[in-house]
This record gives sequence, structure tokens and C-alpha cells, in this order.
Amino acid sequence: MSSEHSIVGKNLRKVDGFKLVTGRPAFTDDIHIPGLLYGKILPSPLAHARIKRIDTRKAKVLPGVHAVLTYQDVPRVPHTTAGQSWPEPSPYDTYLLDSKMRFVGDRVAAVAAESRAIAEEALRLIEVEYEVLPAILEIEQAMSDGTPVIHDEPDSKGIHDAQHNLAGYILKEIGNVEDGFRESDLVIEREFRTQRQQHCPLEPHVTISWLDSDDRLVIRSSTQVPYHTRRQVAMILQLPVQRVHVIKPRIGGGFGGKQEMLLEDICGALALATRRPVKIEYTREEEFNMARSRHPQILTIKMGVKRDGTLMANKMTVLATTGAYGSHANTVQGNTGSKVLPIYRTPNMRFECHVVYTNTPVAGAFRGYGCPQGYFAQESVMDEIAYTLGMDPVELRKKNMIRLGDIDELSAQLGEGRKGLPRHIRSCGLPECLERGAAAINWVRKRETLPEKSGHLRRGVGVACSMQGSGIAGVDWAAASLKLNEDGSFNLQVGAADLGTGADTVLAQIAAETLGVTLDKMIVCSGDTDFTPFDVGAYASSTTIISGGAVKKAAEKVRDHLLRLASKMLDVPVDNLTCRDNMVVTKCECEKSVSMEDLAHYAMYREKVQVMENASHWNTDSPPPFCAQFAEVEVDTETGQIRVLHLVTAVDLGVAINPMQAEGQSEGAVAQSLGYALTEEMLLDGSGRMINPSFLDYKMLGAKDMPKLTTILVETEEPLGPYGAKSISEIPINAPAPAVANAVFHAIGVRFRKLPIRPEDVLRALREKAERG
Amino acid sequence: MNSMQLYLHVNGELKQWTIAPGDLLLDVLRREGYFGVKRGCETGECGACTVLVNGKPINSCLMFAAQAEGCEILTIEGVEQGGKLDPLQEAFLEYGAVQCGYCTPGMILSAKALLAERPDPTEAEVREALAGNFCRCTGYLKPVEAVLAAARVYRQSRKQVRPSGARPKAERRPALHGKKR
Repeated sequence: MSSEHSIVGKNLRKVDGFKLVTGRPAFTDDIHIPGLLYGKILPSPLAHARIKRIDTRKAKVLPGVHAVLTYQDVPRVPHTTAGQSWPEPSPYDTYLLDSKMRFVGDRVAAVAAESRAIAEEALRLIEVEYEVLPAILEIEQAMSDGTPVIHDEPDSKGIHDAQHNLAGYILKEIGNVEDGFRESDLVIEREFRTQRQQHCPLEPHVTISWLDSDDRLVIRSSTQVPYHTRRQVAMILQLPVQRVHVIKPRIGGGFGGKQEMLLEDICGALALATRRPVKIEYTREEEFNMARSRHPQILTIKMGVKRDGTLMANKMTVLATTGAYGSHANTVQGNTGSKVLPIYRTPNMRFECHVVYTNTPVAGAFRGYGCPQGYFAQESVMDEIAYTLGMDPVELRKKNMIRLGDIDELSAQLGEGRKGLPRHIRSCGLPECLERGAAAINWVRKRETLPEKSGHLRRGVGVACSMQGSGIAGVDWAAASLKLNEDGSFNLQVGAADLGTGADTVLAQIAAETLGVTLDKMIVCSGDTDFTPFDVGAYASSTTIISGGAVKKAAEKVRDHLLRLASKMLDVPVDNLTCRDNMVVTKCECEKSVSMEDLAHYAMYREKVQVMENASHWNTDSPPPFCAQFAEVEVDTETGQIRVLHLVTAVDLGVAINPMQAEGQSEGAVAQSLGYALTEEMLLDGSGRMINPSFLDYKMLGAKDMPKLTTILVETEEPLGPYGAKSISEIPINAPAPAVANAVFHAIGVRFRKLPIRPEDVLRALREKAERG
Repeated sequence: MNSMQLYLHVNGELKQWTIAPGDLLLDVLRREGYFGVKRGCETGECGACTVLVNGKPINSCLMFAAQAEGCEILTIEGVEQGGKLDPLQEAFLEYGAVQCGYCTPGMILSAKALLAERPDPTEAEVREALAGNFCRCTGYLKPVEAVLAAARVYRQSRKQVRPSGARPKAERRPALHGKKR
């Protein structure tokens, strides 16, 4: 379907690839700034405490220290750190610095000094006396009567019920699930638990801030949301927006962890206080303790089916914790309902969720955004239903899955913190995903031959499906600007924030395709609030469809302008002209043409006109990509080790603008999800302190740990997407964990409902199974 | 603060730097403008700061700069030769092995050390060589494919330039000469 295109659908090299493989200075910290000071934040050693007394005098007089800030020195402006469109649907419950500490790692004070060593020494010299408060670490504890209140401050806004530590609450129902259960032949209800996982971008959060020669505050930062960050920093530091300039250089990975205004406010405050450039860079340990993580959830799911497998009711009840602050609290959890339940046609659906505060590390946006938790629960129960009914798990899914032309009404009820819009399914490749994925893993044969009946190594296969969105309907929007230069090249300026995803390349491909030029003619500048137009930023799988939509519109306007100019220059009607091969050429046989370079000269020096256009774009719908994932595992019944042998991802992403990059997105998401399934967990001790804040003790998968990966791009044509594209960045992270859990059940007959599934869990379960006989 | 003079070769150039005895090689290289050496964890776990010291991949966050006295250091900035990308760099681009690019310099250097020693590595050997380089973006498949592809290019170019009777060792790229891993 992309064969008529010359740029879209091609595996072109990344436009920023050369500088990355040669190690050119491209990232936030790859810059020498004269007079740079080192900023450091004093983290709270306590999970819940109030500062009774804080004395910074010794720190302030330490030679080389330029500023020490506490809550007494800065404006108190309630805000959220969540990088979302204004007005953010997350509670305003956070302060630049505060007198109350709500988790181990919360900000006590900040210093700026001549060197990192001096800054660290200054932190040690700050004397703090705390009133220790009882800490709430367990999710179930948070709402009980008489439990200490974490957000007892009077000035926070948007908290659902602060007295019960309830950041958010959601309840939506379509039909009546109790009726649905009565009409069902089989009802299964199970509880699932998911852990706290961290993004672990190889580049930790880093921000450098300074005052430029116009006294404007410049913030150079590893962020996915430059424009939201500008607005939030201006509000927190009480500056006009026009006095803040946010620059996003190359980003060393984000995965949602940088959809957050995390260091920019405090770094800016230090720059204002010292009138010197200041850098704050998290160490890996600080990143674990002080950055964001995936919301842990306890999910109860109850599903009812007819004997033939027809789903009658689906009820999901979630208790989640957002940690100490409510960043993305409502929206992540809303997604757990809105993007999970509707994948199966069910007449009766109910989603209820309590999101509670605890004195634990703050959760936030993380690739998948609530879906990995929901799909782990739902796809595990779907599997159990299939086994109980004696149906093939693939067939059960095919029987119930959402189809082309369907309208998902649950999405309309569960918008991003407000009423949303119904989702119309205008493209759906899920049946093909299931078929091609099953073939790739040899599903039918392996279901027959596995598991082996003897030996300590048992193999099994499992499947799970998921869908996601492509941008937030009615909320996400983006703009793009495109300017012709006299050599026939173009400046493509987008507010979109490539964080390593390849967005700059995909957007440049869309522009080049539309203009009939080669990719090397595109000079991309992205994510700079002075030099690029607005974009909400890189999140919600929005960039290709929303920012790409803006780029396509801008390019079409430029193309129209170019054709009008060429028409005048060549004396040929506009209708008879088209752009291709870096030229404007006649469509008919008379074969007149002008190169882009000559046309640019004509425009600039004869017509005296700058060919330059911009366009904005948003969608009223969020077309879902679809995915079927299959795992083959081998379980060692003597050690409890689960080895994933093969992981197949078949994904309907619309049209792939750059198939190679799309595969890469999928493969990386799978690696993160396998870590979620088997090894990754932030562990807290009884005082709320993380006990494994290093890559040695927090186990991500390495090159040797990965299974064989098969990625199948199932292309469909999405009417709302540029060149038919939907999205790919998040969806493949949703279903590997349940696919693995289902494969483990196939292998050894045990259901695991808590992540990660550790060897000790497997051994314990096998022992219990043996004892039961 | 005490200071000392450090003499070493970086990417083939002799350097004389004033350092403090406790300075880490990572910090000194970045201070001197070798920004391709990345800071990921500072505890020797992630591999983003990998450089080759006398041909051997080393986490520069775990090595004092003073220990590099007299050593040959190769950073990513020295991999490109005369404006021409190394086959590994070409392959990383061609196979889509670069996403955010933060781990890429370390991966390419680890792979370079491997190929100097094992011109025809198996996939398992490539994965072993990259085991010390965490990547959170790619899932490792495309980097592994890229290294295997670059190995083929290395072998091919060796065949083409080898004059009859020449000893294979003489054809190795100077930067790849090194001690055993």
C-alpha cells in the first residue's frame, strides 16, 4: 500500500543518525558552559515527615557554594509535574520545595556550587530536624479510617478526597454487569498485582539552565514536553511565559519518564538565585529514588461468558497507587479501563478505580500508560476462560474482538480527565495479527505437542492481545512550519519531541514525500519553544499521527505555493504540475520541469517571496493500533527459571512510515515488557526506602537475556492518519507479560497473577501444586 | 588540590592533561570534549561510558584517569577514519540499530573490540560482547544484526586489500591492535 510512495514506507536512515553514531555533542550535557554551577537536591531520608527546623548557614558559608534554597526561599505555587495539556487533569498537589516530606527522595533543599563535590559537601552541612510521621507504604492501608493524611495542606487543588488519601476515583458502566453475569454460563473472578517498574533511560534526567543576555531563563533539558515545561516553569517561578525558553536537544530515552517537569523548575530557581548557569543531573541512584515509575495496581477482574465463548460481562476493579504525588494519577488509571476493556465486544462493562496516595516513589507516565497492568489481568483471565471452556485461546479472542465499524463507547466515558469521544474503528488488522502471529510461532502444532510430559524442562506457548490509541482525541494537537531555502532544501520546524524514537525522521519522511523531494533536503529542528511552533510533546503515541498530520498539512500548503510559482515560471497551468525527484514537473508529455533549487531562486530573487507555511492539526478520534503477541517459554521445574525462547509480535500500526524504525519500537517495547514480566521491580524496605537503586540489583534484560524476536507489521490504511499511519510506540509493551504468563500456564499448569514472576514464585507454586496432588 | 600531569594517546593523538589524582577517566574525557563518552550510571553497570584502552573495552567510570598513563584510548570520536564511517557505524545506521543513540558509542566500541579478536563471530559471541552495554530502546536485535553485518564487511574488505602472501595481522586497523580481552 505504500508502494506508490517514494519516501513513505521506506527503511531510510535516521536523519539524526550520523551524529549519534559518531558521538557528536548532541545531548543536553554535551556542552561546556563557562561558569557552570552544579546543582544538587537534598533528598528526604524519611517517607513521611515534617521539617521542624532547617539550618542552612553552614552550607551557605562553605566556599564555592552560591545558593542554598529551602521552602522558605521560593514561591509556593501548587502544581502538577505531569506534562499534560492545560488544564492538566492531574491534581495540583506539588510544590517547588515544601516543609513536608512525602516519600524517601522528596526535595528537602537544593544547592548550587562550583563543583559537584562542593555541592555534595554542602548537602551534608544542611541541618534538618524532622517531625517523623507514620508512613503509609501499602496500597490497601491508604484509605482506611484514621490513616494519616499525606496531603493535609490546604492549598492543593483537584485531589479527589485528600482526607482518605484518594488522589482520584473513576467509575463508569455500560449496560449492567450484574445482569451480564446472570446471563453467563461461566463467571471467573481473579485478583492480580503489578509492581513498580522504572523507565531506566540510559540518559538520566538532566537540565541546564541559565539567564541569556536578555535576562530570559533558558532551560536546556532532557524532556518529552518542551512546551508544557515552559508553561509550568513560568507558573511555578512566577515568570511570564515569554521569559522562558525551553530547548530539547537529543534525548537519551524517555519512555514517559520525561513527560514530566521534573528538574526544570528547581534548576531554573537556582539559576535565578545565582544568576549563573546551573546544571542538575540525576545520578542513577537519584533517578531510581527521585524520578517516576509505573503505577503499581491491584486489579480484580470478573468476566462472564456463554458456553460458546460469547463475552457477556466484564468488570474490572482497580486499586492503584500514585505514590506521594498525583502525577498522571487519573489519566493512567483511566486508560487501564478505556484502552483495555473495549478490545472485546461486551454488552456490559464496568470499570471502577481508586487511586491512592502512599509514601512511596512517585508514579507517572510510562509507555503503555496503564495498559500493561490492565492487559496482564484481562488477558490472563481470557486465557483461563478459554482453557475452562476447552476453546483455543486464539479462537476465543477472535470470537469476541472489536471489529471494523464498531464504536467503542467506553472511551467516550473515560476521556483524559474529562468526558472523551467515542472511538470509531476505521481500520483493524487484529484478525490478521492473530493469524500471522499464530503461524509465526507455530501455534497449532505447539498447542498439540507441548508441554512435554517428562523431564524438568517444560515448554509452553501463550497468546495475548492489546490495543492502544494514537494521540488523545480532542486534546492533543501539534503545529509544524516548513520553509524553503534557496538551494531547494527545507527547514522543517516542529514542536514534536524526538526522544530517540525516530520522530524527526518520520516527520521528515512525511514532509519529503508530500513535497516530492529526497529526505536529505530536510533540515529538522524539533522541540524548541523559541524556534518551533507548539506541540503537546511526545506522549500518548501521538507524534506520527498528530504531529505528522500537521507536517503533512504544512507540506501540502508549501507544495501548492511551489506549484503556483512554477506555473508562473514555466507558463504551465497549475493543474498540470506536480512535485517529484526534487523538481516541479509537468504531468503531461510536454515535459517541462524546474528544479527545486531554480524554483527557490526564482521565488526569492524574482518574486521576492519566502515560501513558508505552517499548519496545525488535531483529531476528534484516537485510532487504535492492534497487536497480538505470542510467547514460547521453557520452565525449569528444578530451578524455577522461566526462559522465554521466542516472542512474536504482530502489530497493526496503520501504514508504517519507516518500517525498520517501527520494528525497532516494537522490539524495544518487548524487551521492557519481558523485564516487567520476569525481573524488574523497585523494592522498598519497611521504611519506604528503595533497596535496589542500581542496575546491578534492578535487573533489566541485556543482549544475552533476550529471546528470539519476530516482528510482523500488519499494515492497514487508517483514514485519520497521515499516509494511513496510526502508531507503534506504546502498544507492543502491553501484552508480552500476559503472553508469557499464559505460556507458563501451558508449560506447567500454574497461573501466576503477580508480576514479576520470579523463580522462587515458580518453585513455591510447583511445590504447592504437588502437595495438593 | 593536588594535580598531576597525564600523558596518553586519545584517538591516535598524544595528549598532556593536568588532572587530579582522583579524577575518573570518564570525567576527564568529557571535560576534554570527548562527549561521545556517556554517563549512564557511574558504577560500571550500564556500559554507556565504554572506551577502548589498549584495545580492550573498559568502563571509563570505573577507571582513574591516572591509570591511563601511557595508554592508547579509543573513543567513538576516533572510530570514523578520515571523514569515512567505520563499517560498524554504517551498519548501525543501515540496520536501524540506533534509537536514542545514548548507548550507541559504547556498543560500537565493544563490538569493535570483539571484531578485532573474532572477525567471524557467532550471534552468541556478539551478544556476549554486548552484554555489558545496556540498551533500553532497541531490544538488542538490530544492534546484533548490525554487528554481524559489519563483520561481513570487515572480512570482505580484508580479502580485497590483501596482497598475496601478506600476513593477516598486518592488515588489522591500527586502532584495533590490542591486548586480549
